[in-house]
Amino acid sequence: MSGNGSNGTGFIGASLKRKEDARFLTGRGRYTDDINLPGQLYAHLLRSTVAHANLGSVDTSAAEAAPGVQAVFTGPDMEDVGGIPTGWLIHSKDGSPMVEPKHPAMAIGKVRHVGEIVAIVVAETRDQAREAAALIDIDYQELPAAASLEAARADGAPLVWDEAAGNLCYDWEVGDRAAAEAAIDGAAHTVSIDVVNQRLVPNAIEPRAAIGNFDPTTGEYTLYTTSQNPHLIRLLLGAFVLGLPEHKLRIVAPDVGGGFGSKIPHYAEEAILTWTAGRLARPVKWTSDRSEAFVSDTQGRDHISTATLGFDEDGRFVGLKVSTQANLGAYLSTFATCVPTYLYGILFAGPYTTPAIYCEVEGVFTNTVPVDALRGAGRPEATYLLERLVDKAAAATGIDRVDIRRRNFIREFPYQTPVALQYDQGDYDATLDLALEASDWDGFEARRNEAASRGKLRGIGISTFIEACGIAPSAVVGSLGARAGLYEVGSVRVHPTGSVSVFTGTHSHGQGHETTFAQIVAETLGVDFEAVDVVHGDTNAIPFGMGTYGSRSLAVGGTAIYNAVQKVIAKGRKIAAHLLEASEEDIEFADGNFTVAGTDRSKSIGEVALTAYVPHNYPEGLEPGLEETAFYDPLNFTFPAGTHVAEVEVDPETGEVELVAVTGADDVGRIINPMIVNGQLHGGLAHGIGQALLEHCEYDDEGQLVTGSYMNYTMPRAGDLPNFNINHNTTHCTHNPLGVKGVGEVGSIGVPPAVINAVVDALSPLGVTHMEMPATSERVWQAIQAAQAQD
Amino acid sequence: MDDFQYHAPSSVDGVLSALRGADDGKVLAGGMSLLPVMKLAMAAPSDLVSLRNVPGLSDIEDHGHCLKIGACCTHAQVAASSVVRERIPALAAMAGRIGDPQVRNRGTIGGSVAHNDPAADYPAACVGLGATIITDRRKISSDDFFGSMFETPLEDDELVTAVCFPIVDGAAYAKFENPASKYAVAGVMVARDSDGVRVAVTGAGAGVFRVAEMEAALADDFSADAVAGISVSSDGLLSDNVAGAEYRAHLVTVMAKRAVEACG
Ligand SMILES: Cc1cc2nc3c(=O)[nH]c(=O)nc-3n(C[C@H](O)[C@H](O)[C@H](O)COP(=O)(O)OP(=O)(O)OC[C@H]3O[C@@H](n4cnc5c(N)ncnc54)[C@H](O)[C@@H]3O)c2cc1C
Repeated sequence: MSGNGSNGTGFIGASLKRKEDARFLTGRGRYTDDINLPGQLYAHLLRSTVAHANLGSVDTSAAEAAPGVQAVFTGPDMEDVGGIPTGWLIHSKDGSPMVEPKHPAMAIGKVRHVGEIVAIVVAETRDQAREAAALIDIDYQELPAAASLEAARADGAPLVWDEAAGNLCYDWEVGDRAAAEAAIDGAAHTVSIDVVNQRLVPNAIEPRAAIGNFDPTTGEYTLYTTSQNPHLIRLLLGAFVLGLPEHKLRIVAPDVGGGFGSKIPHYAEEAILTWTAGRLARPVKWTSDRSEAFVSDTQGRDHISTATLGFDEDGRFVGLKVSTQANLGAYLSTFATCVPTYLYGILFAGPYTTPAIYCEVEGVFTNTVPVDALRGAGRPEATYLLERLVDKAAAATGIDRVDIRRRNFIREFPYQTPVALQYDQGDYDATLDLALEASDWDGFEARRNEAASRGKLRGIGISTFIEACGIAPSAVVGSLGARAGLYEVGSVRVHPTGSVSVFTGTHSHGQGHETTFAQIVAETLGVDFEAVDVVHGDTNAIPFGMGTYGSRSLAVGGTAIYNAVQKVIAKGRKIAAHLLEASEEDIEFADGNFTVAGTDRSKSIGEVALTAYVPHNYPEGLEPGLEETAFYDPLNFTFPAGTHVAEVEVDPETGEVELVAVTGADDVGRIINPMIVNGQLHGGLAHGIGQALLEHCEYDDEGQLVTGSYMNYTMPRAGDLPNFNINHNTTHCTHNPLGVKGVGEVGSIGVPPAVINAVVDALSPLGVTHMEMPATSERVWQAIQAAQAQD
Repeated sequence: MDDFQYHAPSSVDGVLSALRGADDGKVLAGGMSLLPVMKLAMAAPSDLVSLRNVPGLSDIEDHGHCLKIGACCTHAQVAASSVVRERIPALAAMAGRIGDPQVRNRGTIGGSVAHNDPAADYPAACVGLGATIITDRRKISSDDFFGSMFETPLEDDELVTAVCFPIVDGAAYAKFENPASKYAVAGVMVARDSDGVRVAVTGAGAGVFRVAEMEAALADDFSADAVAGISVSSDGLLSDNVAGAEYRAHLVTVMAKRAVEACG
């Protein structure tokens, strides 16, 4: 289908094949580790093997003398540079700012988690650097570790930071506590739940890598890095850490093999590699291996929560109160502090009209790898808790699970929730109806009976959810503590012969922007899809940008591009009016042609572009050229929503859970490329199913990572997944011109509670009412044993 | 991984002399167990002596009363072999469920038995079927060969050349996999022939073991019900993030039942 749109229906809405796949599928992608610069050296980062210790002597002399070694640096060598910054300042209930300890690039005096960087060894080859690093003698004076939320909040717990009493970073709240408590106290019924949202390892397929380079003739630093947001890295690294002005610091994030949030943060490695390249005036490359990634990429989730929902005789929710402890890890990663607050607490209305909601969150330091955004970032945690609680409410009252959801749906928009968000649009009944139909919800009893005849316990589960994507607007997030804006930038350069280069401040690391954004430009500018190329990932090529995360790229970045196209059209209209000797107001633009209204006299965008660059016959006072940039700061988040249904079969003898069906009915806003949208849904569903059934990042009491490889950290594989039954019902976002919302995180937000609700449903005949994630065979077996022991 | 010398001799004698000439030499077969151990720096052999050029180690021969499987036969080869599938289908099925396709196409039977990983499948197949391990200098019965984890009676310079599996009246293997690695959490091989019944368990303990009580019960009454009430003690069983000892003990009984059922 490539090349000529979609049978005359236009480029928007067509499942065009992805432009980027030609290089990805033929091994021609250019990732950071594929780049080699002349004179390049290799770095090995020596990492702490213990979770908590005072650093005694660090003897690097033998390493410095080892073959090929050019330099060895440790924390004190970089003491003068700034700490690795945090992107969001959270205030506690009492108005005090969070505890924000300095985060040195390499450990100084103390190590606080396994994997923390203690030294960098730079040598002519990677092997030389690694072998020399093994010669460094470190005197770890071990301290007891606070390796979990429970351990860190216990009385007398070891302190990760002396300045953080009780290991508390902040104690935050949102909503009206008094109102929520009063509503719950006065409610006809209440249900409560304790849930753990387990820690996950992001596991992007490409491990992180970085190359620092310094040109002594210009004083310019270049950092190639595996980042989702190169301009953000330039801002943080330049302004906060190394004190470099923007024009002397170039960040290139070339092809990047997945991120899932773990490539948002500004990492210490980026600062160390850039600084080291400056010291040595030679390029220095570091590439993580998988084992290293397990202890150095930021991890996700890790909450413990308790919550109570009050509801009336008819099952209408009247009040919700949530108390959560969120593990932040040992250091504050870039968005560590906002993920469990402003991306979590504000989601608790879900699709329901609950009038009084309160959420409080303790952000807790532990001696573990830092936690940051992971696909969904806060919203999966909130959705999971809420949808488990709603199922519990249904069980407690005997109201049908679907019915209790429907009784509480929001139907009037815009809807102001009690926890800050205002939903612009949605139709939750439509996606629910679609999911019930597509999953044959009503026919389930027959399937349950058939499974029983095979000795299997079959269960069905549902979750109805909303999410919030494209976090905005900048002024509001700024007032809540964000240290950056959340707008996006798009530039559209129409070349003299009518082909187009599009520059976006978002970054594509698997999402297919090069295709989707080209479709938008091809359609709105009336040029061929093949005539449009999208450029991203280089701060020297792109005006500015905030990057890709939180399902923002299309809604914010795509809109910026759309707005830039409108500016191009506006200028083109002036040029066309001049060429056609008509007045500007009489020029209509459609399908790539500027036409004098009511006539057949027209100029194509190509002719207009050529005129703009060869301005011999040109409007007086108008600048030559046809290139426009737009900065777009949205008025609001977008609010995708949907219903997910999961069906499982449990083997009661072994506790094994087989996921036999997953149905999604999603409202992700206007769809530009259905194939890419479904691909994003599939990936998100796999991710969410991984959390529900398989993945669990575990530390022991000493803070050693127990699940540090694929031999014991279970990633979802194709064989673990059923065919996904994906359906769409679309409502358009009301505040961006494309009507788009977001899709990248939907699956990982919506599906975990559907799966767990299905497991609990399967086990409910035995009296099981609760199941933690992941619902491993052993856990399920134990739940069955416990339930049987009670009988 | 530290540096090592690589050798690829073209005869068994060449392998043995290369091993004897090395400070700390190791045989390299598929590398699926040895290389991960070297990567983690838990082993750092001075020399690796590859079997890839030694002829005759990848043959599968039908000797009437037994199948002789060359040490370098890969798991994929055993799984796909028409002789094995016909003569000892339980063995072919077992090999076809080892790890993943990459592992099955590299890993070998010789490497698996020599390594004696407590979660590997071949030890249960060998002990359950009553196989004999053949080396360059002797024959060792499976019951004597497989010690506690990673222990075997092999000398440092001794090469496994083949494994002989007797043809039995019926056998089946039931395995509960580690969801991440696909190794056995509990794998039970049940085999029945005129001498009686053998029940061998891998994955659950510190090494493969037989369950005498189940064997006796099955000799009397070869049915799943006969073993349903027999459980192994969880004392001394392995415990990890996937399965605690109690759960493993439970799984041994369930897998034994399923293996008996599959024997038909
Ligand atoms: C991801 C993964 C999953 C796996 N899953 C399973 C599973 O489900 N079930 C299972 O059983 N196994 C599993 N394995 C292990 C796999 O089956 C290996 O192939 C096997 O354990 C070793 O065989 P190899 O040929 O690779 O031996 P190598 O790794 O080459 O050698 C292993 C050891 O045996 C020695 N050795 C090799 N050949 C000989 C010989 N002929 N004589 C004497 N010594 C020899 C070597 O010196 C070394 O010490 C898995 C491995 C991986 C990496």
